[in-house]
Amino acid sequence: MSEHPAHGGRNALILIAVLVAIWQVTFWIVGDIALTSPVATLRYTAKLVTGETFGMHFFDTMRAFAIAFALSVVIGLLVGFWLGFERLSGDVLEPMIVTVYAIPKLTLYPILLLAFGLGLSAKVAFGVLHGVIPIILFTLSAVRNTKPILLKTGHVLKLSRPQMVRWILFPAAIPEIFTGLRVGFSLTLIGSLLAEMFASQRGLGYLLMTGIGLHNVELVMSVTLLIVVFAAAVSTLLLQIDRRLHRRA
Amino acid sequence: MSRMKRLIAYRLAVIVGVIALLEVLCLTGAIDKITMQPPHLIARDLYRLLVSGRMNGAIMKTLTNTVLALVFALGVGVIVGALLHRRRALRDTLDPLFATYYAVPVFAFYPFFIVVFGLGDLPQILIAFMLGVVAMIVNTLNGLDRVPPVLLKTARIMHLSPIDTALRLTLPSAGPYLLTGAKLAVAYAFIGIIGSEFILSRGGIGYEINFAYSNFDNATMYPLIVLILLASIAINTVLTRWEQTLLARRGAR
Repeated sequence: MSEHPAHGGRNALILIAVLVAIWQVTFWIVGDIALTSPVATLRYTAKLVTGETFGMHFFDTMRAFAIAFALSVVIGLLVGFWLGFERLSGDVLEPMIVTVYAIPKLTLYPILLLAFGLGLSAKVAFGVLHGVIPIILFTLSAVRNTKPILLKTGHVLKLSRPQMVRWILFPAAIPEIFTGLRVGFSLTLIGSLLAEMFASQRGLGYLLMTGIGLHNVELVMSVTLLIVVFAAAVSTLLLQIDRRLHRRA
Repeated sequence: MSRMKRLIAYRLAVIVGVIALLEVLCLTGAIDKITMQPPHLIARDLYRLLVSGRMNGAIMKTLTNTVLALVFALGVGVIVGALLHRRRALRDTLDPLFATYYAVPVFAFYPFFIVVFGLGDLPQILIAFMLGVVAMIVNTLNGLDRVPPVLLKTARIMHLSPIDTALRLTLPSAGPYLLTGAKLAVAYAFIGIIGSEFILSRGGIGYEINFAYSNFDNATMYPLIVLILLASIAINTVLTRWEQTLLARRGAR
């Protein structure tokens, strides 16, 4: 949507206000057995965040997420550039990678657990499994869609392959690669959290599952709120940068 | 041999190569027995599992819930998409929601739904519905945007009824995009049901995989994982073929 940025901000504010209003009204209807009100949830969230164990869970999730995202970016860019260059390999593998995108990856998690053991490395591997695919696919298509005239110029200048990547392909493909990184960022976060929800002793996902076990509605709602707000805020920021890059290109 | 056939042959070679590699690694003991069984044993176990009928109940439960969630996601998605298409202001307001929707881990809502609705089928169907419906809404909007205005003008001149316009003009033009939305919704509904069964539930294939994992029962776990992979790959391949046929017919690609 090529709308005015200020309108986008206004729309987002209206949307948040409406969502909070719906939450409040639902609370009035359903009552406090199954639900806590927005104000009570915020109050509990403040208490939770300043509490002593929260930092440990938060940093555990963030550490797994950060390692997973770094690996996704490195592997994704390498594989993406390779498949973009090598026409045949790209044509053979691209549809297979697209198919992997659509399978319920959660069912693969037990295999990762058996291979890596319960802990950080399984979580990281699961995050990478989610995040690396969009980065590969977007990089691949970015490299393939580079204007032929740019590549010809590179050939005329007798650039080596690394120089070609550094000075021609990378700058030309940046907007599309960034889109891949944006999607990869979100999916890596989803992957890391899902891994924690299934089998883990720490992290925000684990905190959510303990909430169910203890039937602690406040805890479940607070952690859900934190995750949703964090994911939505970061993704909105990345989307703004993304749109600016595409407009300039 | 045509290029397409050659590509498919290469793809098959890659798959066969990976399976053969796993087979060798398992048989030589590079991958130990506790981690994974050799592929030929997985295939044998899968055959036995299906013939015994032991998993029929779980398979039916997963399929029923997936289809329920899918029907709601498709129905609500098309209706909401069609309504939003006429309400520019509302659509602009919802745009930030659609743009960030798939960046938010929808599964994070699952514990909350369990707390509210109890540990039954409803939380699972809701998660699958939530995952699928937005893909359908966004693609419906996308499809309706691409109906050529001249066709709608023609319809007005010819005094076509709204139903005729929808069936003869809008649907054929928007069709490929609706199918793209439906394809995504199918994948998401399946992911939603299997995923939530897997995280916490009382039945279904996802639950059985989790159960087998907890009991170190690889002879059940691996065949079930392979079953799900095969099912989702098959569905996705068929829908992608159909989508490409429609797009080619419309000359969009």
